[in-house]
Amino acid sequence: MARDPLPGALATDLDGAFEGVVVAHGGRLYGFALRLCGDRRDAEEIAQDTFIRAYRALGGYDPARIRELALRPWLYQIALNVARNRARKRRPATIPLDANGAGAGGLSESPLADDAAQRPEATIERAEMGAILARLVADLPQRYRAAVILRHIERLTYPEIAAALDQPLGTVKANVHRGVRLLRAAWHDQQLHERETDGSSTATPAR
Amino acid sequence: MDHRQQRLLADARRLVRGLHELAGEEAPAGILPAILGELGLADRYFPLDSPIGPLLVAYNEHGVAAVGRGEDTAAFTEGYARRFGRPLRPTPAPPAALGHAIARRLAGERAEIRFDLRGLSEFERATLLKAIEIPRGEVRPYAWLAREIGRPGAVRAVGSALGRNPVPLLIPCHRIVRSDGLIGDYVFGNAAKRAALAAEGLVPDEIETRARAGVRFHASDTTRIYCFPTCRNARRITAPHLITFASDRAAQAAGYRPCKVCRPAIAS
Ligand SMILES: [Zn+2]
Repeated sequence: MARDPLPGALATDLDGAFEGVVVAHGGRLYGFALRLCGDRRDAEEIAQDTFIRAYRALGGYDPARIRELALRPWLYQIALNVARNRARKRRPATIPLDANGAGAGGLSESPLADDAAQRPEATIERAEMGAILARLVADLPQRYRAAVILRHIERLTYPEIAAALDQPLGTVKANVHRGVRLLRAAWHDQQLHERETDGSSTATPAR
Repeated sequence: MDHRQQRLLADARRLVRGLHELAGEEAPAGILPAILGELGLADRYFPLDSPIGPLLVAYNEHGVAAVGRGEDTAAFTEGYARRFGRPLRPTPAPPAALGHAIARRLAGERAEIRFDLRGLSEFERATLLKAIEIPRGEVRPYAWLAREIGRPGAVRAVGSALGRNPVPLLIPCHRIVRSDGLIGDYVFGNAAKRAALAAEGLVPDEIETRARAGVRFHASDTTRIYCFPTCRNARRITAPHLITFASDRAAQAAGYRPCKVCRPAIAS
C-alpha cells in the first residue's frame, strides 16, 4: 500500500491540509461513531468533536511526530475517547436505539417501514438484518463493542486495533472473539424471538 | 461436524458478513463545513471583476467577510489574517448561490448577500447596515447616516466606521459623501469611489459642481417637497419646476417639507 501522503502534508501545512483529513476520513469516522452509539445525531457530533480535537492535538505535535502518525487508528482512538466521555455524562438507558438511528447498513436513512414495500425480498431481509445487527452491536458492552466494530466493520488489522484501543494485542483478540460470541448469542435470541412473535413456529428449532 | 455445528458455523459466517455490510456510511453533508467553521479554517477568497477593477472577495460559512483591491493576494490574505485572525485560502470560484448574488448585486438587481460582520463593533455594524439601505445611484451625507442610526452627534465616528468597512462595494459605503456634498474619501481611494458611483449612473463631477455652488437640496415647486439631489424623487423633477436650497432650514422657511423617501431633514 502506498504511504499516506496526508501526514506529510499536515506536518508542513496543518491549516491547509486538514480539510483533506476530514474529506478522507469523515465518512469512516461517522460510520464508526454511528456503530458505537447507535444514533445518527450523536454520531455526527462525535465525528465533529473528533476532528476538532484531532486538529488541536496536531497543533501541539512537532512535525516529525505528525509525519509518523497512522491517521486512521489515531482518529478512531480520539473518537473512542469522545464517545466514552459523552456516554459517561449521561445515563446508559437514555441512549436512543430507534430503528432509524440504529441504521440500515447505509441502505436507507428513512425508517425501514417506509421503504420495505418497494424493495425486493432479499434486500428487505438484508436491510432488516443490517438494522438489527447495528442495534445489537450498539448494545454490546463497551469493551467488546469497539473491538468488534474496528475488526469486523472497519476491518482494521489487529495491530491497528491494538494501537487505536491502546491495549495489548492479546487483549484485543480476546475481546473481538468474545464480542462476536456475545453478538452471535444475541443474534440467535433475536431470531428465536422473531419466530415467536411471527407465530410461524414455536416448536421447530430451525428452518 | 454434525448438522448443528454446521448450522452454527453458517450463522457465524452470516453474522460476520452482516457486520462487513455495516461499513461504508457516508458522512452527513454538513459535517465538513461545520468542522472547518468551528476551527476557523472555512475562509476562502476568489477573484472578482468589478466596475472599479479587479477585486478579491473573502467569505466563510457566515457570509462575505472581506473585499480587497487588486491582484496582490499575499497582501490580502496577510491583512485578513491580521484583522480577523483566521487563515484565508484561495478558491477559483465562489459557491454558485453566492456568485449569482454578487453578480446580480453588481448589475444593479436586488439580491440577498449574507455578510460576516462578527469582528465589528455594534456601532460599525449599524453604520454598515444603514449604508446598505441607500439605493444604487444615490448618495447621502455622513451626517444623514449618523442621524438615521440615532447617533446624530457621531458624524466623525460614522466616517471612520465606513473607512473600516471590510466589504467595500458590496456594502456600498461609496454612496456616503461628505456633508458638504463633495465625494470625499474611500477605503480604496477617491478615484475608486468616483468610479463606483459612475458605474451606478451618477456623474461625480456634477455632484461636486452642485456642492461647490452651495446646492444641498432639490425641490419641486408643485409638490413643495425637498430631497437630496440624487433621490429618485428629485431626479423626476423637470427643469421648469426645480428649486434648489442651500440648507433644510431655508427649505422649511420657504414652506417646503422633507421627502419621506430620502429623509433629508437635519442633514445639512
Ligand atoms: Zn427624496
